[in-house]
Amino acid sequence: MPRAGAGVIELENVAYSYGGGELLSDISVKLAPGSFHFLTGPSGAGKTTLLKLCYGALLPTAGHVRLFQADVRTLERDDVAMVRRKVGVVHQDVQFLDHLSVSDNVALPLTVSGRHAEAAGPDLGELMAWVGLTNRAHALPPELSGGERQRAALARAVIMSPDVVLADEPTGNVDWDMSQRLLTLLVELNRMGKTVLIATHDLSLIRAAKAQVQARVLRISNRRVQLAGADL
Amino acid sequence: MTFDLATLRALLRGDRHADRVVPPTGFTAQLTVFASGAMAFLAVFALALSLASGRLAQRWGDELARTATIRIVAPEDQRAIQTTAALQVLSTTPGIASARALTDEEQQALLAPWFGQDLPLDSLPVPRLIEIVATSQGFDATGLRLRLAAEVPGAVLDDHGRWRAPLVSAAQRLRLLGWVVALLILGAVAAMVTLAANAALAANAQVVAVLRLVGATDSYIAQAFVRRFTLRALAGSAAGVAIGLLAVWLLPSGGDGPGFLTGIGFQGAGWLVPLFLPFISALVALLATAFAADRALRTLT
Repeated sequence: MPRAGAGVIELENVAYSYGGGELLSDISVKLAPGSFHFLTGPSGAGKTTLLKLCYGALLPTAGHVRLFQADVRTLERDDVAMVRRKVGVVHQDVQFLDHLSVSDNVALPLTVSGRHAEAAGPDLGELMAWVGLTNRAHALPPELSGGERQRAALARAVIMSPDVVLADEPTGNVDWDMSQRLLTLLVELNRMGKTVLIATHDLSLIRAAKAQVQARVLRISNRRVQLAGADL
Repeated sequence: MTFDLATLRALLRGDRHADRVVPPTGFTAQLTVFASGAMAFLAVFALALSLASGRLAQRWGDELARTATIRIVAPEDQRAIQTTAALQVLSTTPGIASARALTDEEQQALLAPWFGQDLPLDSLPVPRLIEIVATSQGFDATGLRLRLAAEVPGAVLDDHGRWRAPLVSAAQRLRLLGWVVALLILGAVAAMVTLAANAALAANAQVVAVLRLVGATDSYIAQAFVRRFTLRALAGSAAGVAIGLLAVWLLPSGGDGPGFLTGIGFQGAGWLVPLFLPFISALVALLATAFAADRALRTLT
Protein backbone atom coordinates (compact mmCIF):
# COMPACT_ATOMS: atom_id res chain seq x y z
CA MET A 1 0.00 0.00 0.00
CA PRO A 2 1.72 3.23 -1.10
CA ARG A 3 2.21 5.84 1.57
CA ALA A 4 0.23 9.06 1.05
CA GLY A 5 2.50 11.68 -0.48
CA ALA A 6 5.23 9.14 -1.15
CA GLY A 7 7.52 9.80 -4.06
CA VAL A 8 8.25 7.27 -6.78
CA ILE A 9 11.91 7.73 -5.95
CA GLU A 10 13.04 8.97 -2.57
CA LEU A 11 16.52 9.64 -1.26
CA GLU A 12 16.77 10.25 2.47
CA ASN A 13 20.03 11.52 3.99
CA VAL A 14 21.94 9.67 1.33
CA ALA A 15 25.71 9.70 1.18
CA TYR A 16 27.93 8.02 -1.36
CA SER A 17 31.66 7.53 -1.02
CA TYR A 18 34.04 6.38 -3.68
CA GLY A 19 37.80 5.77 -3.47
CA GLY A 20 37.96 6.96 0.12
CA GLY A 21 36.30 10.31 -0.56
CA GLU A 22 32.69 11.30 -0.05
CA LEU A 23 31.14 12.28 -3.36
CA LEU A 24 27.62 12.94 -2.14
CA SER A 25 26.58 13.85 1.39
CA ASP A 26 23.26 14.10 3.22
CA ILE A 27 21.12 14.13 0.06
CA SER A 28 17.37 14.15 0.50
CA VAL A 29 15.30 14.24 -2.66
CA LYS A 30 11.77 13.11 -3.39
CA LEU A 31 10.47 12.73 -6.94
CA ALA A 32 6.69 13.00 -6.81
CA PRO A 33 4.67 11.11 -9.42
CA GLY A 34 4.34 13.16 -12.61
CA SER A 35 6.95 15.73 -11.59
CA PHE A 36 9.66 17.15 -13.82
CA HIS A 37 13.09 17.76 -12.34
CA PHE A 38 16.43 18.92 -13.60
CA LEU A 39 19.61 18.02 -11.81
CA THR A 40 22.44 20.37 -12.57
CA GLY A 41 25.90 21.17 -11.35
CA PRO A 42 29.47 21.32 -12.63
CA SER A 43 31.15 18.34 -14.24
CA GLY A 44 32.29 15.84 -11.64
CA ALA A 45 29.80 17.11 -9.07
CA GLY A 46 28.09 13.72 -8.90
CA LYS A 47 25.07 14.07 -11.19
CA THR A 48 25.58 10.69 -12.85
CA THR A 49 26.23 9.07 -9.47
CA LEU A 50 23.02 10.50 -8.09
CA LEU A 51 21.13 9.27 -11.13
CA LYS A 52 22.59 5.77 -10.68
CA LEU A 53 21.48 5.82 -7.05
CA CYS A 54 17.99 6.63 -8.34
CA TYR A 55 17.66 3.36 -10.26
CA GLY A 56 19.58 1.01 -8.00
CA ALA A 57 22.75 0.77 -10.08
CA LEU A 58 24.64 1.99 -7.01
CA LEU A 59 23.93 1.50 -3.33
CA PRO A 60 24.31 4.44 -0.95
CA THR A 61 27.04 4.22 1.65
CA ALA A 62 24.67 5.91 4.12
CA GLY A 63 21.01 6.83 4.20
CA HIS A 64 18.10 5.26 2.34
CA VAL A 65 17.07 5.06 -1.29
CA ARG A 66 13.47 4.00 -1.85
CA LEU A 67 12.31 2.98 -5.29
CA PHE A 68 8.53 2.75 -5.42
CA GLN A 69 8.48 2.62 -1.61
CA ALA A 70 10.94 -0.31 -1.44
CA ASP A 71 14.29 0.29 0.23
CA VAL A 72 16.88 -0.59 -2.37
CA ARG A 73 19.01 -2.37 0.25
CA THR A 74 16.26 -4.88 0.89
CA LEU A 75 15.84 -5.76 -2.78
CA GLU A 76 17.25 -8.96 -4.23
CA ARG A 77 19.15 -8.66 -7.51
CA ASP A 78 16.16 -9.81 -9.53
CA ASP A 79 13.90 -7.37 -7.64
CA VAL A 80 16.17 -4.54 -8.75
CA ALA A 81 15.68 -5.76 -12.33
CA MET A 82 11.92 -5.61 -11.86
CA VAL A 83 12.17 -2.06 -10.53
CA ARG A 84 14.27 -1.06 -13.54
CA ARG A 85 11.43 -2.09 -15.81
CA LYS A 86 9.51 0.80 -14.26
CA VAL A 87 12.40 3.23 -14.73
CA GLY A 88 13.54 4.19 -18.21
CA VAL A 89 17.15 5.35 -18.33
CA VAL A 90 18.93 7.36 -21.02
CA HIS A 91 22.68 7.50 -20.52
CA GLN A 92 25.04 10.13 -21.81
CA ASP A 93 27.23 7.42 -23.30
CA VAL A 94 24.35 5.50 -24.81
CA GLN A 95 24.97 1.75 -24.75
CA PHE A 96 23.42 -0.55 -27.30
CA LEU A 97 23.94 -4.14 -28.35
CA ASP A 98 25.85 -3.50 -31.55
CA HIS A 99 24.94 -6.85 -33.13
CA LEU A 100 21.21 -6.10 -32.97
CA SER A 101 19.30 -3.68 -35.19
CA VAL A 102 18.09 -0.35 -33.83
CA SER A 103 14.50 -1.61 -33.57
CA ASP A 104 15.66 -4.76 -31.76
CA ASN A 105 17.62 -2.57 -29.35
CA VAL A 106 14.63 -0.34 -28.77
CA ALA A 107 12.49 -3.42 -28.12
CA LEU A 108 15.08 -4.97 -25.80
CA PRO A 109 13.22 -4.14 -22.55
CA LEU A 110 10.19 -6.01 -23.94
CA THR A 111 12.37 -8.91 -25.08
CA VAL A 112 14.01 -9.41 -21.69
CA SER A 113 10.59 -9.22 -20.06
CA GLY A 114 9.31 -12.04 -22.25
CA ARG A 115 6.89 -9.76 -24.11
CA HIS A 116 8.07 -10.93 -27.52
CA ALA A 117 4.79 -10.28 -29.33
CA GLU A 118 4.84 -6.61 -28.33
CA ALA A 119 8.51 -6.40 -29.29
CA ALA A 120 7.47 -7.07 -32.87
CA GLY A 121 4.09 -5.32 -32.68
CA PRO A 122 2.71 -2.06 -34.09
CA ASP A 123 3.53 -0.07 -30.94
CA LEU A 124 7.19 -0.43 -31.74
CA GLY A 125 6.61 1.10 -35.16
CA GLU A 126 4.69 3.98 -33.60
CA LEU A 127 7.45 4.56 -31.11
CA MET A 128 10.09 4.54 -33.83
CA ALA A 129 8.01 7.09 -35.73
CA TRP A 130 7.61 9.19 -32.55
CA VAL A 131 11.39 9.53 -32.25
CA GLY A 132 11.78 9.91 -36.02
CA LEU A 133 13.75 6.71 -36.60
CA THR A 134 11.37 4.74 -38.79
CA ASN A 135 13.79 4.68 -41.70
CA ARG A 136 16.69 3.69 -39.41
CA ALA A 137 14.91 0.77 -37.76
CA HIS A 138 17.02 -1.91 -39.43
CA ALA A 139 20.34 -0.07 -39.15
CA LEU A 140 22.95 -1.23 -36.67
CA PRO A 141 23.72 1.13 -33.75
CA PRO A 142 27.25 2.03 -34.93
CA GLU A 143 25.67 3.39 -38.11
CA LEU A 144 23.64 6.02 -36.18
CA SER A 145 24.58 9.63 -35.61
CA GLY A 146 24.83 11.01 -32.06
CA GLY A 147 21.33 12.50 -32.19
CA GLU A 148 19.85 9.31 -33.60
CA ARG A 149 21.48 7.28 -30.85
CA GLN A 150 20.01 9.60 -28.20
CA ARG A 151 16.54 9.30 -29.73
CA ALA A 152 16.86 5.54 -29.98
CA ALA A 153 17.94 5.45 -26.34
CA LEU A 154 14.91 7.55 -25.40
CA ALA A 155 12.63 5.21 -27.33
CA ARG A 156 14.17 2.23 -25.52
CA ALA A 157 13.75 3.99 -22.18
CA VAL A 158 10.02 4.54 -22.66
CA ILE A 159 8.96 1.39 -24.54
CA MET A 160 7.88 -0.33 -21.31
CA SER A 161 5.80 2.73 -20.48
CA PRO A 162 7.82 3.30 -17.31
CA ASP A 163 6.64 5.48 -14.44
CA VAL A 164 9.93 7.34 -14.35
CA VAL A 165 12.36 8.49 -17.04
CA LEU A 166 15.91 9.33 -15.96
CA ALA A 167 18.13 11.02 -18.53
CA ASP A 168 21.82 11.74 -18.06
CA GLU A 169 22.98 14.59 -20.31
CA PRO A 170 20.58 13.49 -23.05
CA THR A 171 21.58 16.46 -25.21
CA GLY A 172 25.30 16.24 -24.52
CA ASN A 173 26.32 15.06 -27.97
CA VAL A 174 23.72 16.71 -30.17
CA ASP A 175 23.22 20.11 -31.78
CA TRP A 176 20.72 22.72 -30.58
CA ASP A 177 17.90 21.67 -32.88
CA MET A 178 18.24 18.04 -31.85
CA SER A 179 18.41 18.94 -28.17
CA GLN A 180 15.15 20.89 -28.53
CA ARG A 181 13.58 17.90 -30.24
CA LEU A 182 14.68 15.58 -27.45
CA LEU A 183 13.44 18.03 -24.85
CA THR A 184 10.07 18.17 -26.58
CA LEU A 185 9.86 14.37 -26.41
CA LEU A 186 10.69 14.41 -22.69
CA VAL A 187 8.11 17.11 -22.02
CA GLU A 188 5.54 15.05 -23.94
CA LEU A 189 6.33 12.08 -21.72
CA ASN A 190 5.85 14.22 -18.62
CA ARG A 191 2.48 15.36 -19.94
CA MET A 192 1.57 11.68 -20.23
CA GLY A 193 2.11 11.48 -16.47
CA LYS A 194 5.67 10.20 -16.38
CA THR A 195 8.09 11.45 -13.75
CA VAL A 196 11.13 12.93 -15.47
CA LEU A 197 14.56 13.68 -14.05
CA ILE A 198 17.20 15.11 -16.38
CA ALA A 199 20.81 15.55 -15.33
CA THR A 200 22.41 18.30 -17.36
CA HIS A 201 24.85 21.15 -17.14
CA ASP A 202 23.18 22.84 -20.12
CA LEU A 203 21.38 25.84 -18.58
CA SER A 204 19.87 26.85 -21.91
CA LEU A 205 18.10 23.48 -22.02
CA ILE A 206 16.67 24.12 -18.55
CA ARG A 207 15.47 27.55 -19.55
CA ALA A 208 13.86 26.17 -22.67
CA ALA A 209 12.12 23.47 -20.65
CA LYS A 210 10.82 25.88 -18.04
CA ALA A 211 9.01 27.68 -20.83
CA GLN A 212 7.09 24.49 -21.59
CA VAL A 213 6.64 22.69 -18.29
CA GLN A 214 6.69 23.31 -14.56
CA ALA A 215 10.13 22.01 -13.67
CA ARG A 216 12.07 22.03 -10.42
CA VAL A 217 15.82 22.45 -10.66
CA LEU A 218 18.13 20.72 -8.19
CA ARG A 219 21.72 21.82 -8.07
CA ILE A 220 24.57 19.71 -6.72
CA SER A 221 27.08 21.86 -4.94
CA ASN A 222 29.68 20.86 -2.36
CA ARG A 223 28.40 17.26 -2.32
CA ARG A 224 24.88 18.36 -1.41
CA VAL A 225 21.70 19.02 -3.36
CA GLN A 226 19.95 22.35 -3.17
CA LEU A 227 16.85 23.65 -4.84
CA ALA A 228 18.02 26.19 -7.39
CA GLY A 229 16.59 29.67 -7.33
CA ALA A 230 14.70 31.59 -9.99
CA ASP A 231 17.92 32.79 -11.56
CA LEU A 232 17.92 29.80 -13.90
CA MET B 1 20.49 -18.95 -11.19
CA THR B 2 18.04 -21.38 -9.62
CA PHE B 3 17.37 -24.82 -11.04
CA ASP B 4 13.64 -25.17 -10.70
CA LEU B 5 11.52 -27.05 -13.19
CA ALA B 6 10.58 -23.89 -15.09
CA THR B 7 14.24 -22.93 -15.56
CA LEU B 8 15.17 -26.38 -16.84
CA ARG B 9 12.16 -26.41 -19.16
CA ALA B 10 13.13 -22.97 -20.48
CA LEU B 11 16.70 -24.21 -21.04
CA LEU B 12 15.49 -27.22 -23.00
CA ARG B 13 12.88 -25.33 -24.97
CA GLY B 14 15.18 -22.42 -25.68
CA ASP B 15 14.29 -18.83 -26.38
CA ARG B 16 15.48 -17.57 -29.73
CA HIS B 17 15.03 -13.99 -28.55
CA ALA B 18 17.16 -14.59 -25.44
CA ASP B 19 19.72 -16.49 -27.52
CA ARG B 20 20.14 -13.46 -29.76
CA VAL B 21 20.87 -10.91 -27.05
CA VAL B 22 24.30 -12.37 -26.39
CA PRO B 23 26.50 -11.73 -29.43
CA PRO B 24 27.92 -14.75 -31.22
CA THR B 25 31.49 -15.61 -30.21
CA GLY B 26 32.80 -17.67 -33.09
CA PHE B 27 36.31 -18.60 -31.93
CA THR B 28 35.36 -19.33 -28.31
CA ALA B 29 32.42 -21.38 -29.53
CA GLN B 30 34.63 -23.44 -31.82
CA LEU B 31 37.17 -24.01 -29.05
CA THR B 32 34.47 -25.16 -26.64
CA VAL B 33 33.00 -27.55 -29.19
CA PHE B 34 36.45 -28.89 -30.10
CA ALA B 35 37.58 -29.33 -26.48
CA SER B 36 34.31 -31.08 -25.56
CA GLY B 37 34.67 -33.34 -28.56
CA ALA B 38 38.29 -34.22 -27.77
CA MET B 39 37.42 -34.94 -24.14
CA ALA B 40 34.51 -37.15 -25.14
CA PHE B 41 36.75 -39.01 -27.60
CA LEU B 42 39.26 -39.71 -24.79
CA ALA B 43 36.46 -40.65 -22.42
CA VAL B 44 35.23 -43.28 -24.88
CA PHE B 45 38.67 -44.93 -24.77
CA ALA B 46 38.79 -44.68 -20.98
CA LEU B 47 35.42 -46.40 -20.82
CA ALA B 48 36.52 -49.04 -23.34
CA LEU B 49 39.60 -49.72 -21.21
CA SER B 50 37.54 -49.88 -18.05
CA LEU B 51 34.91 -52.19 -19.48
CA ALA B 52 37.54 -54.45 -21.09
CA SER B 53 39.38 -54.65 -17.77
CA GLY B 54 36.15 -55.50 -16.05
CA ARG B 55 35.50 -58.32 -18.48
CA LEU B 56 39.04 -59.60 -18.07
CA ALA B 57 38.82 -59.54 -14.28
CA GLN B 58 35.55 -61.42 -14.42
CA ARG B 59 36.91 -64.00 -16.86
CA TRP B 60 40.01 -64.60 -14.83
CA GLY B 61 37.97 -64.71 -11.67
CA ASP B 62 35.41 -67.15 -13.07
CA GLU B 63 37.53 -69.40 -15.24
CA LEU B 64 40.69 -69.66 -13.22
CA ALA B 65 38.85 -70.07 -9.94
CA ARG B 66 37.27 -73.26 -11.31
CA THR B 67 40.43 -74.85 -12.68
CA ALA B 68 43.54 -76.31 -11.13
CA THR B 69 46.51 -78.38 -12.26
CA ILE B 70 48.41 -81.31 -10.78
CA ARG B 71 51.97 -81.90 -11.83
CA ILE B 72 53.28 -85.45 -11.50
CA VAL B 73 57.01 -85.10 -10.93
CA ALA B 74 58.32 -88.66 -10.76
CA PRO B 75 60.85 -90.91 -12.45
CA GLU B 76 59.64 -92.05 -15.85
CA ASP B 77 58.81 -95.60 -14.72
CA GLN B 78 56.68 -94.17 -11.87
CA ARG B 79 54.96 -91.41 -13.80
CA ALA B 80 52.08 -93.45 -15.27
CA ILE B 81 51.40 -95.23 -11.98
CA GLN B 82 51.32 -91.98 -10.00
CA THR B 83 49.15 -90.35 -12.64
CA THR B 84 46.61 -93.14 -12.32
CA ALA B 85 46.78 -92.90 -8.53
CA ALA B 86 46.25 -89.15 -8.65
CA LEU B 87 43.25 -89.53 -10.95
CA GLN B 88 41.88 -92.13 -8.53
CA VAL B 89 42.24 -89.69 -5.62
CA LEU B 90 40.58 -86.97 -7.66
CA SER B 91 37.66 -89.18 -8.62
CA THR B 92 36.75 -89.53 -4.95
CA THR B 93 37.34 -85.88 -4.01
CA PRO B 94 34.16 -83.86 -3.52
CA GLY B 95 33.87 -80.66 -5.58
CA ILE B 96 35.74 -81.91 -8.63
CA ALA B 97 33.67 -82.03 -11.79
CA SER B 98 36.30 -83.62 -14.01
CA ALA B 99 39.97 -84.49 -14.10
CA ARG B 100 42.09 -85.79 -16.92
CA ALA B 101 45.75 -86.18 -17.76
CA LEU B 102 46.94 -84.12 -20.69
CA THR B 103 48.14 -86.15 -23.66
CA ASP B 104 51.70 -85.89 -24.98
CA GLU B 105 50.39 -83.83 -27.91
CA GLU B 106 48.65 -81.37 -25.60
CA GLN B 107 51.76 -80.98 -23.44
CA GLN B 108 53.86 -80.53 -26.54
CA ALA B 109 51.48 -77.84 -27.75
CA LEU B 110 51.82 -76.05 -24.41
CA LEU B 111 55.62 -76.06 -24.65
CA ALA B 112 55.80 -75.28 -28.35
CA PRO B 113 55.75 -71.48 -27.98
CA TRP B 114 58.96 -71.69 -25.95
CA PHE B 115 60.80 -74.73 -27.37
CA GLY B 116 59.39 -75.13 -30.87
CA GLN B 117 57.24 -77.84 -32.47
CA ASP B 118 59.92 -80.56 -32.67
CA LEU B 119 60.49 -80.92 -28.96
CA PRO B 120 61.46 -84.57 -28.12
CA LEU B 121 59.15 -84.86 -25.12
CA ASP B 122 60.14 -88.48 -24.42
CA SER B 123 63.77 -87.58 -23.81
CA LEU B 124 62.99 -84.71 -21.39
CA PRO B 125 61.93 -84.95 -17.74
CA VAL B 126 58.68 -83.12 -18.38
CA PRO B 127 56.14 -83.70 -15.61
CA ARG B 128 52.75 -85.12 -16.50
CA LEU B 129 49.96 -82.57 -16.11
CA ILE B 130 46.47 -83.30 -14.87
CA GLU B 131 43.80 -80.72 -15.59
CA ILE B 132 41.11 -80.36 -12.93
CA VAL B 133 37.77 -78.62 -13.41
CA ALA B 134 35.95 -77.90 -10.17
CA THR B 135 32.22 -77.80 -9.61
CA SER B 136 30.64 -74.45 -8.80
CA GLN B 137 31.02 -75.28 -5.08
CA GLY B 138 34.77 -75.82 -5.53
CA PHE B 139 37.00 -78.28 -3.71
CA ASP B 140 39.06 -78.24 -0.52
CA ALA B 141 42.57 -77.56 -1.86
CA THR B 142 44.27 -78.07 1.54
CA GLY B 143 42.59 -81.43 2.09
CA LEU B 144 43.43 -82.54 -1.45
CA ARG B 145 47.08 -81.59 -0.95
CA LEU B 146 47.27 -83.67 2.20
CA ARG B 147 45.67 -86.68 0.47
CA LEU B 148 48.01 -86.36 -2.51
CA ALA B 149 51.04 -86.05 -0.24
CA ALA B 150 50.04 -89.29 1.44
CA GLU B 151 49.00 -91.29 -1.62
CA VAL B 152 50.84 -89.74 -4.59
CA PRO B 153 54.16 -88.34 -3.35
CA GLY B 154 55.15 -86.98 -6.77
CA ALA B 155 51.94 -84.91 -7.21
CA VAL B 156 51.97 -81.15 -6.77
CA LEU B 157 48.64 -79.31 -6.75
CA ASP B 158 48.56 -75.84 -8.24
CA ASP B 159 45.18 -74.17 -7.75
CA HIS B 160 46.37 -70.96 -9.58
CA GLY B 161 45.60 -68.91 -6.47
CA ARG B 162 49.17 -67.64 -6.18
CA TRP B 163 49.03 -65.70 -9.45
CA ARG B 164 45.28 -65.50 -10.06
CA ALA B 165 44.59 -63.11 -7.15
CA PRO B 166 47.11 -60.42 -8.18
CA LEU B 167 45.97 -60.65 -11.80
CA VAL B 168 42.32 -60.25 -10.88
CA SER B 169 43.26 -57.44 -8.53
CA ALA B 170 45.29 -55.74 -11.28
CA ALA B 171 42.42 -56.02 -13.73
CA GLN B 172 40.01 -54.58 -11.17
CA ARG B 173 42.39 -51.70 -10.48
CA LEU B 174 42.64 -51.07 -14.22
CA ARG B 175 38.85 -50.97 -14.43
CA LEU B 176 38.74 -48.47 -11.56
CA LEU B 177 41.47 -46.45 -13.24
CA GLY B 178 39.37 -46.28 -16.42
CA TRP B 179 36.44 -44.83 -14.47
CA VAL B 180 38.74 -42.40 -12.65
CA VAL B 181 40.12 -41.23 -16.00
CA ALA B 182 36.57 -40.78 -17.31
CA LEU B 183 35.69 -38.74 -14.20
CA LEU B 184 38.86 -36.66 -14.58
CA ILE B 185 37.91 -35.98 -18.18
CA LEU B 186 34.50 -34.76 -17.06
CA GLY B 187 36.24 -32.59 -14.46
CA ALA B 188 38.44 -31.18 -17.21
CA VAL B 189 35.31 -30.45 -19.26
CA ALA B 190 33.86 -28.60 -16.26
CA ALA B 191 37.06 -26.58 -15.80
CA MET B 192 37.31 -25.79 -19.49
CA VAL B 193 33.67 -24.70 -19.74
CA THR B 194 34.01 -22.59 -16.58
CA LEU B 195 37.03 -20.82 -18.03
CA ALA B 196 35.32 -20.29 -21.37
CA ALA B 197 32.13 -19.04 -19.70
CA ASN B 198 34.14 -16.67 -17.49
CA ALA B 199 35.95 -15.36 -20.55
CA ALA B 200 32.68 -14.94 -22.44
CA LEU B 201 31.05 -13.11 -19.53
CA ALA B 202 34.07 -10.84 -19.10
CA ALA B 203 34.16 -10.12 -22.83
CA ASN B 204 30.46 -9.33 -22.75
CA ALA B 205 30.54 -7.09 -19.67
CA GLN B 206 29.01 -4.25 -21.68
CA VAL B 207 26.26 -6.52 -22.97
CA VAL B 208 25.51 -7.52 -19.39
CA ALA B 209 25.42 -3.84 -18.38
CA VAL B 210 22.96 -3.01 -21.18
CA LEU B 211 20.76 -5.99 -20.34
CA ARG B 212 20.65 -4.99 -16.69
CA LEU B 213 19.90 -1.40 -17.63
CA VAL B 214 16.80 -2.50 -19.55
CA GLY B 215 15.56 -4.71 -16.72
CA ALA B 216 16.94 -8.17 -17.51
CA THR B 217 17.16 -10.38 -14.45
CA ASP B 218 20.45 -12.10 -13.73
CA SER B 219 18.68 -15.43 -14.27
CA TYR B 220 17.75 -14.33 -17.78
CA ILE B 221 21.31 -13.22 -18.54
CA ALA B 222 22.82 -16.38 -17.05
CA GLN B 223 20.38 -18.55 -18.97
CA ALA B 224 21.50 -17.07 -22.29
CA PHE B 225 25.09 -18.09 -21.53
CA VAL B 226 24.23 -21.42 -19.88
CA ARG B 227 22.10 -22.59 -22.80
CA ARG B 228 24.80 -21.63 -25.28
CA PHE B 229 27.60 -23.49 -23.49
CA THR B 230 25.41 -26.49 -22.72
CA LEU B 231 24.50 -26.88 -26.39
CA ARG B 232 28.15 -26.51 -27.42
CA ALA B 233 29.25 -29.19 -24.96
CA LEU B 234 26.41 -31.45 -26.11
CA ALA B 235 27.27 -31.02 -29.79
CA GLY B 236 31.02 -31.39 -29.27
CA SER B 237 30.64 -34.44 -27.04
CA ALA B 238 28.21 -36.11 -29.42
CA ALA B 239 30.71 -35.72 -32.25
CA GLY B 240 33.58 -36.90 -30.03
CA VAL B 241 31.65 -39.97 -28.90
CA ALA B 242 30.65 -40.83 -32.46
CA ILE B 243 34.27 -40.64 -33.65
CA GLY B 244 35.48 -42.47 -30.53
CA LEU B 245 33.02 -45.33 -31.04
CA LEU B 246 34.05 -45.58 -34.68
CA ALA B 247 37.72 -45.70 -33.67
CA VAL B 248 37.05 -48.40 -31.07
CA TRP B 249 35.03 -50.38 -33.59
CA LEU B 250 37.93 -50.17 -36.04
CA LEU B 251 40.47 -51.43 -33.48
CA PRO B 252 41.92 -54.80 -34.51
CA SER B 253 40.13 -57.69 -32.86
CA GLY B 254 41.89 -60.70 -31.41
CA GLY B 255 38.89 -62.89 -32.07
CA ASP B 256 38.48 -65.41 -29.28
CA GLY B 257 42.12 -65.13 -28.29
CA PRO B 258 43.12 -64.18 -24.77
CA GLY B 259 45.05 -61.00 -25.68
CA PHE B 260 44.18 -58.01 -23.50
CA LEU B 261 45.12 -55.25 -25.95
CA THR B 262 43.09 -56.82 -28.73
CA GLY B 263 40.17 -57.12 -26.30
CA ILE B 264 39.87 -53.35 -25.64
CA GLY B 265 36.44 -52.29 -26.81
CA PHE B 266 32.80 -52.71 -26.05
CA GLN B 267 30.63 -55.80 -26.10
CA GLY B 268 26.85 -56.08 -26.15
CA ALA B 269 25.13 -53.45 -24.02
CA GLY B 270 28.56 -51.95 -23.33
CA TRP B 271 28.25 -50.09 -26.63
CA LEU B 272 25.38 -48.08 -25.08
CA VAL B 273 27.46 -46.77 -22.16
CA PRO B 274 29.35 -44.08 -24.16
CA LEU B 275 26.04 -42.79 -25.52
CA PHE B 276 25.39 -41.26 -22.10
CA LEU B 277 28.59 -39.19 -22.32
CA PRO B 278 27.16 -36.25 -24.37
CA PHE B 279 24.32 -35.84 -21.89
CA ILE B 280 26.67 -36.05 -18.93
CA SER B 281 29.00 -33.53 -20.60
CA ALA B 282 26.04 -31.24 -21.26
CA LEU B 283 24.95 -31.53 -17.63
CA VAL B 284 28.49 -30.79 -16.46
CA ALA B 285 28.65 -27.78 -18.81
CA LEU B 286 25.26 -26.56 -17.60
CA LEU B 287 26.30 -26.69 -13.95
CA ALA B 288 29.76 -25.21 -14.65
CA THR B 289 28.34 -22.31 -16.68
CA ALA B 290 25.59 -21.62 -14.15
CA PHE B 291 28.22 -21.53 -11.41
CA ALA B 292 30.53 -19.28 -13.45
CA ALA B 293 27.69 -16.98 -14.51
CA ASP B 294 26.39 -16.64 -10.97
CA ARG B 295 29.84 -15.74 -9.68
CA ALA B 296 30.59 -13.37 -12.55
CA LEU B 297 27.22 -11.60 -12.35
CA ARG B 298 27.75 -11.01 -8.64
CA THR B 299 31.00 -9.20 -9.36
CA LEU B 300 29.99 -7.37 -12.55
CA THR B 301 28.39 -4.03 -11.71
